[in-house]
Amino acid sequence: MEKVSTITGVAVPFRRSNVDTDQIIPAVFLKRVTKTGYEDALFSAWRQDPEFILNRPEYASPRILIVGTDFGTGSSREHAVWALRDYGFAAVISPKFADIFRGNSGKQGLLAGVVDEPTVERLWAELEASPGMSATVDLIERTVTVGAITVGFEIDDYTRWRLLEGLDDIGLTLRDEQAITNFEARRESWRPTTLPAR
Amino acid sequence: MTDVTDVTDVTDVTEASATVNAGLHRPRTLAEKVWESHLVAKGANGEPDLLYIDLHLVHEVTSAQAFDGLRLAGRPVRRPDLTIATEDHNTPTLAIDKPIADPTSRKQIETLRANCAEFGVRLHSLGDIEQGIVHVVGPQLGLTMPGITVVCGDSHTSTHGAFGALAMGIGTSEVEHVLATQTLPLTPFKTMAITVEGELKPGVTAKDIILAVIAKIGTGGGQGYVLEYRGSAIRALSMDGRMTICNMSIEAGARAGMVAPDEITYAYLKGRAHAPDGAEWQTAVDYWNTLATDDDAVFDAEVFLDANELEPFVTWGTNPGQGISLSQNVPDPATMIDPNERAAAERALTYMDLTAGTPMKQIAVDVVFMGSCTNSRLDDLRAFASIINGQTKAEGVDVIVVPGSARVRLEAEAEGIDKIVEAFGAEWRFAGCSMCLGMNPDQLEPGQRCASTSNRNFEGRQGKGGRTHLVSPLVAAATAIRGTLSSVSDLIADGIAVDARFATIEGATV
Repeated sequence: MEKVSTITGVAVPFRRSNVDTDQIIPAVFLKRVTKTGYEDALFSAWRQDPEFILNRPEYASPRILIVGTDFGTGSSREHAVWALRDYGFAAVISPKFADIFRGNSGKQGLLAGVVDEPTVERLWAELEASPGMSATVDLIERTVTVGAITVGFEIDDYTRWRLLEGLDDIGLTLRDEQAITNFEARRESWRPTTLPAR
Repeated sequence: MTDVTDVTDVTDVTEASATVNAGLHRPRTLAEKVWESHLVAKGANGEPDLLYIDLHLVHEVTSAQAFDGLRLAGRPVRRPDLTIATEDHNTPTLAIDKPIADPTSRKQIETLRANCAEFGVRLHSLGDIEQGIVHVVGPQLGLTMPGITVVCGDSHTSTHGAFGALAMGIGTSEVEHVLATQTLPLTPFKTMAITVEGELKPGVTAKDIILAVIAKIGTGGGQGYVLEYRGSAIRALSMDGRMTICNMSIEAGARAGMVAPDEITYAYLKGRAHAPDGAEWQTAVDYWNTLATDDDAVFDAEVFLDANELEPFVTWGTNPGQGISLSQNVPDPATMIDPNERAAAERALTYMDLTAGTPMKQIAVDVVFMGSCTNSRLDDLRAFASIINGQTKAEGVDVIVVPGSARVRLEAEAEGIDKIVEAFGAEWRFAGCSMCLGMNPDQLEPGQRCASTSNRNFEGRQGKGGRTHLVSPLVAAATAIRGTLSSVSDLIADGIAVDARFATIEGATV
């Protein structure tokens, strides 16, 4: 997983709350065999509407999603995180995330930062005044900057540490790589090996 | 809801165990020995332990996103030499030389092939002699052996515990973790002894033992435990029988099931392609002989079954715990005290289209499925063939026989089993998961009723609207002959001559 520290890019003021994972990615896309390439699936039903915010040219290459409360509720599908990530989003800012969605985000390097509702309103207003403007999410300082506004966001220390270090569960295990290598050195030769094929 | 006699309730002896565990050189169970010998790093402050994985089995359904994850992170497979893949869930069992018709299934298979080529993982594809159900392939190659850790992205990985291995099913994220690190963070389990003493009557099999165990402890009874099957009835089983039992540990909610290795284990393993050979064989056996649970070790829970009292078992409901002796009647939910159990039974009877009080043996079936990772090995096929030999299948019943692997298929053909199956009027198929899970072309039609040697009787498991009765290969065979759920004893009552091994059943002519 790549280290996450500062994310700068187009921020989307998405004025919706209770966006469940069925809306983020409908079940029909869960049959796929890959963990990438879900960009076409993101909000696919809503994107049928030409007026949908992500269809507007100024939000063609977004990096940050600023969205209403209770984001990511419903199904546990990690595909929801994959779809956001594949579409280009690196951070989502919301007053409240569903627990499972937030956990999945941390595993896949998607920054999920919490700000209160009045703050989201301020960020939306600032972004809507200049559609397509850039914003910055600073994980080290735990701040979001939109134009002249800089506000703090919340993220738990453990997830922040893992994101800053670029550690997924595998990355964490690989910190014990010397112990794994040492174990392998003393692994008995009678134990199974699949190669060479016999 | 069970007629298992001479059993005691599950006894929780955790407290006693904790006292024993406080000792420095405490006696240990088989599971604890295997666990401790694979510790890479001991978890501190309640964090999981990091365990080394000796053998990682891979198939097409749960591996695609894991390989994709490696690609995304730029990671290799750490130990391709401890990893092996096969194609089983999506594969057809007819016309295997043709392209797979369903595009989604075909894509999943093609993806596995591309991933294995890219990451250097050994793959046994459709058409290869070692292709087959992943839990048949590992043991037949001699890769599954005592004292090792085995994982696979499939819940029935518990099968491999029959060798005294610690074998667990894992999810796709964990598949990726094992591919990348050859380790898995795991929280220690509790241990449960399932002791089965006595001698099985003719016509009663390993499948009946495990169905009785699950009916006894329930589908959640093993949760948090590694089960160890012990006792004279277990020791008397072949490796194929032990695999049947360990396979269905997951149906009792357990993470794994194990049997201590013994001479039967060694006889099965010796000479197999990847089993230790030369001087290493003895080194390994000497070590394996130290693995059995210490005499004074204490399990966290214990369950006892009397093998002498067991009869052929069958499920009547929609989870594997809803089982009874074949000679009994469909249970009456009204007699069940636990409201949840009663409600589940009512739902199950509705789905299964059964009426309380109906003798199980009066239930007619449309299909008999002989196969799956539970019962598709040579012993299973032999047992089935020994019953149907010289008989004709019941009119209107479709019977499909699906060997667990291409190799098992060939071994069975060398014994003439394919000819017996075909003369009987049944279909002799190519290897795969087949009608166990409704993912490939072998599926029940809505409303069809099946006597199945597989492991799950969930709603729709064998195809949308399909109704499943889990049975042993012997019951499957007798049912295929009579058209209603039947045991070998029923064949004898009909005056049908049976195999010599059933000669002691009253009235038998062989």
